[in-house]
Amino acid sequence: MSFVDRNQENLLSKIATGNGHGENSPYFDGWKAFENDPFHASENPRGVIQMGLAENQLCFDLIQDWTKKNPKASICTPDGVDAFRDIAIFQDYHGLPEFRNAVAKFMTKVRGNRVRFDPNRIVMSGGATGAHETIVFCLANPGEAFLVPTPYYPGFDRDLRWRTGVQLLPVVCESSNNFKVTRKALEAAYESAQEANIRVKGLLLTNPSNPLGTVLDRETLRSIVSFINEKNIHLVSDEIYAATVFSEPGFVSISEIIEEEIICNRDLIHIVYSLSKDMGFPGFRVGIIYSYNDAVVHCSRKMSSFGLVSSQTQHLIASMLSDDEFVDRFIAESAKRLGKRHEVFTQGLDQVGIGYLKSNAGLFLWMDLHHLLKEQTFEAEMELWRVIINEVKLNVSPGSSFHCSEPGWFRVCFANMDDSTMDLALTRIVTFALQSKEVRIQRKKCWASNRLRLSFSKRRMDDIMMAQSLLSPHSPIPQSPLVRART
Amino acid sequence: MLSRKASCDSHEQDSSYFLGWQEYEKNPYHEVQNPNGIIQMGLAENQLSFDLLESWLASNTDALGLKRNGRSVFRELALFQDYHGFPAFKNELVEFMAKLRGYKVAFDPNKLVLMAGSTSANEILMFCLAEPGEAFLLPTPYYPGFDRDLKWRTGVEIVPIHCSSSNDFRITACALEEAYQRAQKLNLKVKGVLVTNPSNPLGSTLNRDELNHLIDFAIKKEVHIISDEIYSGTVFDSPSFISITEAVMEKHVDHESDLLGRIHIVYSLSKDLGLPGFRVGMIYSNNETVVAAATKMSSFGLVSSQTQFLLSNMLSDKKFTSKYIKENQRRLKKRKDMLVSGLRSAGIGCAKSNAGLFCWVDMRYLLRSDTFEAEKELWKRILFEVGLNISPGSSCHCSEPGWFRVCFANMSQEILKVAIRRIEAFAESLSSASGRENLSHQRSARNSRRSLSKWVFPISSYNDHEPADR
Repeated sequence: MSFVDRNQENLLSKIATGNGHGENSPYFDGWKAFENDPFHASENPRGVIQMGLAENQLCFDLIQDWTKKNPKASICTPDGVDAFRDIAIFQDYHGLPEFRNAVAKFMTKVRGNRVRFDPNRIVMSGGATGAHETIVFCLANPGEAFLVPTPYYPGFDRDLRWRTGVQLLPVVCESSNNFKVTRKALEAAYESAQEANIRVKGLLLTNPSNPLGTVLDRETLRSIVSFINEKNIHLVSDEIYAATVFSEPGFVSISEIIEEEIICNRDLIHIVYSLSKDMGFPGFRVGIIYSYNDAVVHCSRKMSSFGLVSSQTQHLIASMLSDDEFVDRFIAESAKRLGKRHEVFTQGLDQVGIGYLKSNAGLFLWMDLHHLLKEQTFEAEMELWRVIINEVKLNVSPGSSFHCSEPGWFRVCFANMDDSTMDLALTRIVTFALQSKEVRIQRKKCWASNRLRLSFSKRRMDDIMMAQSLLSPHSPIPQSPLVRART
Repeated sequence: MLSRKASCDSHEQDSSYFLGWQEYEKNPYHEVQNPNGIIQMGLAENQLSFDLLESWLASNTDALGLKRNGRSVFRELALFQDYHGFPAFKNELVEFMAKLRGYKVAFDPNKLVLMAGSTSANEILMFCLAEPGEAFLLPTPYYPGFDRDLKWRTGVEIVPIHCSSSNDFRITACALEEAYQRAQKLNLKVKGVLVTNPSNPLGSTLNRDELNHLIDFAIKKEVHIISDEIYSGTVFDSPSFISITEAVMEKHVDHESDLLGRIHIVYSLSKDLGLPGFRVGMIYSNNETVVAAATKMSSFGLVSSQTQFLLSNMLSDKKFTSKYIKENQRRLKKRKDMLVSGLRSAGIGCAKSNAGLFCWVDMRYLLRSDTFEAEKELWKRILFEVGLNISPGSSCHCSEPGWFRVCFANMSQEILKVAIRRIEAFAESLSSASGRENLSHQRSARNSRRSLSKWVFPISSYNDHEPADR
């Protein structure tokens, strides 16, 4: 270590000089690869297509249309400019009442009006990122732990642990039962913590799940509620993908479960929400903490001073989400478009036999590429991932960065691009899959000899040649990157 | 059940600073609907120049409408969540900051990190510079919010540097050393000094001596200096503002780059532009590791892209910003003069000030005794009987009872006049009451009034018929 580094370590905090920010994970490496060579339809058609970013870009036309018809929301009518002053000085951490009302109403609608939300329990935060950190600051002390079912969003490692000093302990879920969160897995995780003398303060769920794209069924939710009540630990339900559910089974929120006749200490229940995924507004930093525990509402509200939503944005959102007709139309149309995009993508994968977890929500697919691994290890998964980024030119996220217990899974985002880019991405995947299939078949036939011969039907050759020209400007010979890796 | 942080009171939001606020909210003054209500003078907000902002907005509707050259950039902004911030916005901010310092220093946008308000900026610096249990020294009196912002979730301690009215509350080398020793005795490792320049609540800029004492101290003890310069645009009178960076350059120290790596500036648009609702705060640091860590931490409270876009447009209008800065300062000076003059006619003095949105008012002679209990008593009388929410010095950790921070920029001129009349009436009722009190009280009152002349400087007389400003 250089003198300067040692000096910095003495000068600054461990938090500042350590790796707790988690940005050295491969989840972010892919982003860097994308940033070095980003796809652009006309300027860089051979660049890396970003499929590692869970963003919802499918409905901006609806929103732009609304903002055009509602200039007052942007405070830019002659009358509206008078409102500017009141908005600009408003820094009350309770938030604009109309903002809270509008968000509560939106959350209600997204849950099919099956539950009501109290605007007085709505607390602002700097995005869901800020919400997660704040709620952990409220619920746990340094050294204590939260249980999290795997696979989970890599950002949690930073958001829940970095500055709070709290630990995350995995609840291992497996593909054999579609990554269901079982009582058995919960108990096992809890017991491990006990044995290691770590105090568990809560369980964090993401429902709908990132990266799985699935929703938790009623039975599982009830079982989870019973578990946390029994252990007297908190339940934080991250429901930021609630409005991305595009097909059956529908979304069941934790807020609905606790309304049922079920034994539940409501002081243990907290919801994290945001408009970044459902509305597609990550830039506006609208995070929400909704707690059934009064003390947590009060405490998190005071902490929200560290990340309030800009009053300019509160005003815009309040106007937009108060427009009932627009909101109803948006929710329905967004779900429809996500469903369509999901369908196009999965049909493409079906044609070449690429497996994926059956899903009905989210902005991504949990793709199963374990049959493409050289061996069933995480090293092989990373090797495959590097091939996909560097050769196939797609930034996808390897399952290991989500703490998946089994190698070979990849999260692939599909809602952050237009239709033609989606088609191109699919073509690249299909091509890659076909080549890999051919290689595997040939490998089986010729494994005794050291020479690999690739033969294709003429039609297949044409398809691949066409795809190849889109893939790489290099060798005209159709060759699987896996072959190159081998020989 | 909950964390210790959730249960403990170290954020001290039950201090009088916040209690007064609560009382105001229960009974707020309104000239028609509630003329006997409480006038809010505890809120350091700048409401004097909104008309200037509004007229700019009216001629630049694209910025508010999220358009560029008539074309909507809504989508671009809605998706922009890069914690490096809007490049155009950061470029404009460093230019603005340089302008406020008379271009005596230049700033690099790559060393600027954006986050939601200076509240967040100060907390982030604590997380970056100190471990839980370590300490920062702060000169008293200081902004009450620091008790929450610097200590609550970080576990960092504040050790006060006691400043005294005997030398206008200036920071001395002696006081710095004394505070450092006190921290040592408490087994607290000192990581740095945090100063607010211009000062809240004093309303004055640090002079060169003070800045040099700070620099010497930081070099000797190898600690950080955080300079919270959020009021740098509110300097309305001489002496002019000297930024910490300027002071370091002028001092020509050895190993300047080492020292610069320990100097961090906090800035915000809440006071200078009067936009607290928009949550625009920032850290400027020459230390790469701090910039990198703070950038990642800003994820917990980024500035809304909608706001970054609006303000980058506004700040790019250089003619406008020059005009705004000048006019805003002129109005602040006028408003301050009005308050000082009104207080003087009530026989009440203020510390000399050249910046900020408030006066540091000397009501020591109005205390029943030279104690903080008496100060609290007086504060409550002023809140409930006089109907003014002002901030008692104890909430700012002042070491001497009897000082109060009184804000003047968060109300209209008419309301300020009402407030001044109430103060005058109150002071009069007190002096006629004191006529019936015992001799010792009168004697001490006379002594205090003599010392008033030290504080009250001749100001041009306030003319009732001057053209109204806001």
